[in-house]
Amino acid sequence: MSGGFHIVVCGSLVPDPLQTLEPMEGPTGPALKNEMMLPAVLDPWAGHALFEAAQLAKNVPDSKVWLVSLGPKAKLQQLMMSIAQKVSFELVAIDGSAGGFTDPFDVAATLADTIDKIEGLDRTRLLLFGGCASASRDSGVTMQMVAERLDIVDQFLAVDKLTVSSDGALEVLERIEAGQYQVSSCAGAPAMLGWATGSLPEPPNNPQVGMMNMRTVMPALQKAQAAEVGIGGLKYAAVELPKQRRETRVVKDTPAEEIAQEIVDWLKA
Amino acid sequence: MDKILLLAHTQTDGSLPKAAYESLNAALTLAADLGGAAVTVGLIGADVQAAADSIATCGAASILAVSGEDFAASRYSSDTVAVETLVKETAPTLVLAPTSSRFSRCLPGAAYRCDGRIETHITGIEVVDGAVQVQRWYYRQRMVASLSRVQRPWFLVIDSGVFEPWQGAAGSVDVQTLEVAIGDDCQRTKVLGVQTPDSDAQTIRPDAKLLFVAGAGWTKKQTDGQLHIKQAEELILGFINNSKASLGSSKSLVDQSSEGGEVISFMSHLNQVGQTGSTPRHLKGLATCCHGEEPHTVGWRFISERRAISLDPNCGWAQGKADVLYVADAFEVIAKINELLAGS
Ligand SMILES: Cc1cc2nc3c(=O)[nH]c(=O)nc-3n(C[C@H](O)[C@H](O)[C@H](O)COP(=O)(O)OP(=O)(O)OC[C@H]3O[C@@H](n4cnc5c(N)ncnc54)[C@H](O)[C@@H]3O)c2cc1C
Repeated sequence: MSGGFHIVVCGSLVPDPLQTLEPMEGPTGPALKNEMMLPAVLDPWAGHALFEAAQLAKNVPDSKVWLVSLGPKAKLQQLMMSIAQKVSFELVAIDGSAGGFTDPFDVAATLADTIDKIEGLDRTRLLLFGGCASASRDSGVTMQMVAERLDIVDQFLAVDKLTVSSDGALEVLERIEAGQYQVSSCAGAPAMLGWATGSLPEPPNNPQVGMMNMRTVMPALQKAQAAEVGIGGLKYAAVELPKQRRETRVVKDTPAEEIAQEIVDWLKA
Repeated sequence: MDKILLLAHTQTDGSLPKAAYESLNAALTLAADLGGAAVTVGLIGADVQAAADSIATCGAASILAVSGEDFAASRYSSDTVAVETLVKETAPTLVLAPTSSRFSRCLPGAAYRCDGRIETHITGIEVVDGAVQVQRWYYRQRMVASLSRVQRPWFLVIDSGVFEPWQGAAGSVDVQTLEVAIGDDCQRTKVLGVQTPDSDAQTIRPDAKLLFVAGAGWTKKQTDGQLHIKQAEELILGFINNSKASLGSSKSLVDQSSEGGEVISFMSHLNQVGQTGSTPRHLKGLATCCHGEEPHTVGWRFISERRAISLDPNCGWAQGKADVLYVADAFEVIAKINELLAGS
């Protein structure tokens, strides 16, 4: 392979999963109550994609990682404080909604357009990474549509493992039904990989990496283009929290035998 | 008038997965609700005749197929061409399909190529004032929305377990096969095969009645101040083998492998349920040694009856997330349950 990979990771922010979320009607469609105030984290599966990208770039000389993030500028800046210390990347920021109710068709158009304009990006060496689904919309459709717009027809979803051979060929493990993996080989870049958990733990903070990244993060945030990404052609009739809350019966101070019998009776019912 | 295309792909043995019959039922029901829209079936696979025959009497206007060796394997490049061809041939307004790893990979790109739009993880479809409205969840099962779209074709990918499977007599049908050539540019990816876990690690059983979740408590120091990982493994395996349950896990338990901790050997991230894991559909669920925090329990959205065993009376399960919380030592209770199940 001549030259390393150009790895573009698409990933943005989602509300911290420990937060309570409540829908509300916003000016242009459904939104989350106090959306701008909610603490945010890097979308988890996109996060795994970023960590895998950084590891790959370390192992294949002459590779580079870009992180393309569509989100409200101020929130992206906060997010960068926590992830910029983890791995090296160059940020490409787009100022717009990161909400779950937006139309993925429009989001994909914005992301593809932005990637297309990245200076110095060699599309023949491109590995497009992202999460297999977001924790907001949870559709699992955006990455495929971004890839289609970039003419990438080798696509993989729910990837847990990528192995690259010396000639740049890829071997990919994708999650399929019932705890199995589909194993595929691909001639090489360009390809799209929508990651599941991967196999790497979250990297520890490294202040040196943080300092390196911050040199490009701040200018990237400053020149972030605004994107009109809304609900597009979607029409929401209702967005509701689930009504069901269970009346939990708490069984205490009961011998294990009795509990076991009760559970067995329930299992057999 | 709406025109519905129901897409399905065969499994390796040439049969259709259960979810395909469910989506067929959804398509037929929707067609009736729309006042008699026509339903066409589009099949993809190496050889689709047996699959087509199995739905011979469903009342579809026609059954089309893209078939042959190029379409045996689940590969993005060839599957998108197959779907695009079926859609262009039938010009549907609505394209329904079951959720599967194969369709989840290829349908979004295929929808884009057909200048269509797509919604996935559909959990309900109805007709309101003559318009199709679907239901799906947002923010990982935290809130549910009803929505519609103006653009067509509209691809709706339906989660399994939402509709009853279509049932009817088999027969023999003429399948209209569409010729599709797969160029070299679509052959850069080759599917090499499927990696199946060792038989004692085949713990994920989507069709099981019961989900059994093991939490990180199984690998924590117990009242005697010791770890009991081997015993935990035996108890968990004993339980799922006796009860034929599907084995789920909390994130903390399976994260221990990448963090270098001592682990339950037959569990991996594939077992993980929750925010960054799966959202399986089972009638009953039993959680053990798991705290029931929100990022875990969002994965229980489609588990109807829920019970939990935890030492902590104030754990998340007690906060309206389980029907019953047993405050007890799961090592003791599961050992007794295994005795009872083995004896029955
Ligand atoms: C971005 C993000 C995504 C996440 N995604 C997920 C996800 O997908 N899935 C998920 O599960 N979590 C997820 N989490 C983590 C989640 O918040 C919790 O940390 C995790 O679920 C805790 O796992 P646990 O309950 O098994 O472990 P713990 O919190 O350690 O609880 C162990 C429990 O075991 C009990 N126990 C110990 N010994 C016994 C015994 N002998 N008998 C009975 N009970 C016993 C203890 O009392 C305790 O309640 C996520 C978190 C974040 C931030």
